[in-house]
Amino acid sequence: MADVAVGKDKCGEQRLVSLPLSRIRVIMKSSPEVSSINQEALVLTAKATELFVQYLATYSYRHGSGREKKALTYSDLANTAAESDTFQFLADILPKKILASKYLKMLKEKKEADEDGDDGSDDDEAES
Amino acid sequence: MAERPEDLNLPNAVITRIIKEALPDGVNISKEARSAISRAASVFVLYATSCANNFAMKGKRKTLNASDVLSAMEEMEFQRFITPLKEALEAYRREQKGKKEASEQKKKDKDKKTDSEEQDRSRDEDNEEDEERLEEEEQNEEEDVDN
Repeated sequence: MADVAVGKDKCGEQRLVSLPLSRIRVIMKSSPEVSSINQEALVLTAKATELFVQYLATYSYRHGSGREKKALTYSDLANTAAESDTFQFLADILPKKILASKYLKMLKEKKEADEDGDDGSDDDEAES
Repeated sequence: MAERPEDLNLPNAVITRIIKEALPDGVNISKEARSAISRAASVFVLYATSCANNFAMKGKRKTLNASDVLSAMEEMEFQRFITPLKEALEAYRREQKGKKEASEQKKKDKDKKTDSEEQDRSRDEDNEEDEERLEEEEQNEEEDVDN
């Protein structure tokens, strides 16, 4: 199975997509319920993934604060995952970041709230 | 998710290139952003595969096919991908057809050669290669069941 993005005679379809089909296949196969993948499905999945990368990048850039800075940052992506319905499925792997000090402060506040006997229904998930 | 036997990540260089080509010139992409997009892409593949597989199962099929993937895009609300994907599929099918015809033509040409002993021998070797290549292409059409 050709791994390289450059087109070879056997796997000419790789000129249609840049992502290596072999790697895409490995990821697809890691899904337990999947038994067989036809070659067309593999090519389309690879192509769709490229389109996805483009879309995620441009969407995040347009909606992000980086426009003035001429940069795309992690937080642009995390914001996209948090705020866009389409990209919701990424929310767990692209969590928003907060400063560790802020997180510790939140923990402390929660602890105090619990001790006061308040209804500590603070279920914010903060990840640093 | 199943256990990870090897690298479930996509190559950095290719991901970076796709991002750069999508964004306006001169925009910087932080390493973190790049790595995040790469992870997102892997998750996308998993999500799309799972979704496509549901369609295959609905159709009582064990093999994922092109239409399953297209249906998955619809389901995942990436309708914007459907037209470019259909175009890519057409182009792929044309290419496959072209390759098949080319190798069939090669076989015909070889048969026309004069039969000196030497050429007979080289023809046999070439035919074996062609057969192997065709066999591999046929195998590539459908994935082996690994279970």
